[in-house]
Amino acid sequence: MSRPRLIKESSEASAPLERELLVRIHDLMVKTRVLEERLIQMYKQGHGYFWIGGPGEEAFNVSLGLLMKKGQGPDYDYLHAHYRQSGTLLALGEEPIGSLRQMKNTATDPYSGGRNFAGHYSARKYNVAPVSSPIEVQYAMAPGTAMVQKRHGGDGITIVTGGDAGTAEGDFASCLVWSSRPANPLPVLIIVTNNKWGISTAAAGQHGEQRISDRGKAFGMRCKTINGNDPIEAYTELRDAMAYVRTERKPFLLEANVSRLYGHSSASGANYVGDEVDCLKEFEAKLEKDGVLTREQMDDLRTRYTEEMAAAARQVRDEPQPEPESIWKHIFAEDK
Amino acid sequence: MANMAQAIRMALHYAEEHLGVTDIFGEDVGAPLGGVFTCTQGLKTAWNSPLDERGIIGAAMGIAMAGGRPVAEIQFCDYVYNTIDLLKLAGNTCWSSNGDWNLPMVVRTPVGSGIRGSIYHSHSFDATMTHIPGWKVVMPSTPLDAYGLLITACQEKNPVMFLEPKALLRVKGEERIPGEPDDDRTLSKLIDAPLGDRSQWKPQWPAGLQAYAVPFGKGKVVREGTQLTVVSYGRTLPLCAKAAEALAADGISAEVIDLRSLWPYDWELIKASVQKTGRVLFVNEDTEVTNFGEHLVRRTVEELFYSLLAPPRLLAGKFVPGIGLSDALEMASVPQLSDITTAMRSLAAEQP
Repeated sequence: MSRPRLIKESSEASAPLERELLVRIHDLMVKTRVLEERLIQMYKQGHGYFWIGGPGEEAFNVSLGLLMKKGQGPDYDYLHAHYRQSGTLLALGEEPIGSLRQMKNTATDPYSGGRNFAGHYSARKYNVAPVSSPIEVQYAMAPGTAMVQKRHGGDGITIVTGGDAGTAEGDFASCLVWSSRPANPLPVLIIVTNNKWGISTAAAGQHGEQRISDRGKAFGMRCKTINGNDPIEAYTELRDAMAYVRTERKPFLLEANVSRLYGHSSASGANYVGDEVDCLKEFEAKLEKDGVLTREQMDDLRTRYTEEMAAAARQVRDEPQPEPESIWKHIFAEDK
Repeated sequence: MANMAQAIRMALHYAEEHLGVTDIFGEDVGAPLGGVFTCTQGLKTAWNSPLDERGIIGAAMGIAMAGGRPVAEIQFCDYVYNTIDLLKLAGNTCWSSNGDWNLPMVVRTPVGSGIRGSIYHSHSFDATMTHIPGWKVVMPSTPLDAYGLLITACQEKNPVMFLEPKALLRVKGEERIPGEPDDDRTLSKLIDAPLGDRSQWKPQWPAGLQAYAVPFGKGKVVREGTQLTVVSYGRTLPLCAKAAEALAADGISAEVIDLRSLWPYDWELIKASVQKTGRVLFVNEDTEVTNFGEHLVRRTVEELFYSLLAPPRLLAGKFVPGIGLSDALEMASVPQLSDITTAMRSLAAEQP
């Protein structure tokens, strides 16, 4: 495993980003963190059955959402996401209250109508495929959307994300094979967010490969491992990888080292983990040091989002659960 | 008349020309082979995939998501089992997303015994597939129905599992597919790939093919009768019809229903027939424990109990781990003509 680099080292290597963009990334990272913390709180207060999410992946996931070509259909980017990507969805423009509704499994849940866990988004309007609990299946589907996009023309790409533990599943290998077939290489950005854990099991005891991204080499694929805890590095590396996939219409395997700040899920307690890099803390220290934002501004922002999410959670609490007979709805798409 | 493999090929040709089918793919589906059962020879959108069933189902789902219309093939249903959770996912995508996404995709796979295919080329898939909600599941027993069901499948907005009884793929039909030429030799010359070098070969598709569609959820009475009802599909259906014909000589009048569509299925047709005859035998060749026929028996008992003159019966495959290669083993494992005839005769004779 590569050593997670400090923000300072990596930002020296990266092209500087505009102040406005840094502020926007920060804003979304705070919003995402506060959302996840609110979801955890809802779980702990009994306003949801299960929490899973991505605190610790904000730097990477927000950057991804900001860089996606947003829209519906093959002209735009498809995202086959996993369940730690609230930051990507917020960056795409989703309102946080939708996530709270899914947590509370209300009829108003915009992603599954009270049917699925928190973080299991579906947003066809942004080409976000439904997130499902199996950790690998998205890797098998991604070549399909990419195939249509390549044939369609244009510069839309397919992005697929999963965790490091999921790469042990065969679908990850399927994705590498299908994306790089000499008969039809595909515009897929294959992403692995590596938090070095599969629930309670350390990757170090299960995975002999030095870097997951090295697996792309065998397929002649461009591949790279980056520090996903640094939003500047994540943003610039994602931007470059996406530009390659967009223009070359070929796959790219990107591994981003990230943290898992509240454990796997509520099943493991959902308590803050003190010994991992907190991308938000580090980014805020940098922003303060560079004079981009003051501590006070950042604290105010967090307070504002905390109040907003609390109000949204109160609103969601009184919303109706789905009707029992609604189980029969949407088994099939009906002819209009 | 066309055989079922030719009928499937012609339907797929029609579908890629007129119904928006974009990708017909799977292992050995494209040139030069055109499918191990020749079902995809000469099709313009056919291509070969890696030898990866999960990749095939996953790709079909992705293609469907992005607005394509895939028809994927799993070479033998015995190899579809490692895709079960993707089939589950395809079946729950619309429901889980509360109607946000739907997957217009077709998966075709040959099923069942009849070619002495031993343990991994003889299994059935209807029992397992009908356990997976969110799919439409069909299984023709004639070339014309294969054509018509596939035309419907290629117009569906939802996942369709198209089960091909492999024992019947080479059997010629008795009904003409609209647009197919008058004689078999002409048809073969037009659309069957030659042996040897095929690199220059192109099929000449019959000009008059049509969108002849068999609706899902509609069974068919293939023989009318008054004393017992036999409900079957796929390989065992023609055997049931043959048995009914033989029993007619003994004065036993059996009504034979080809279910054709397993989900949704034509309960009204079964119900009307059982209310008329009072006796029903369900026949299929998948293993008999938690078999689809058991569901039909349960429903018959619950809804038609007071119309029955005898307990509803199920004749299905033995609950053994595989179908052995030897003639004796295969024939002992799945219903044969004599088993069906015996079961029908015995049911007809049963008195309350």
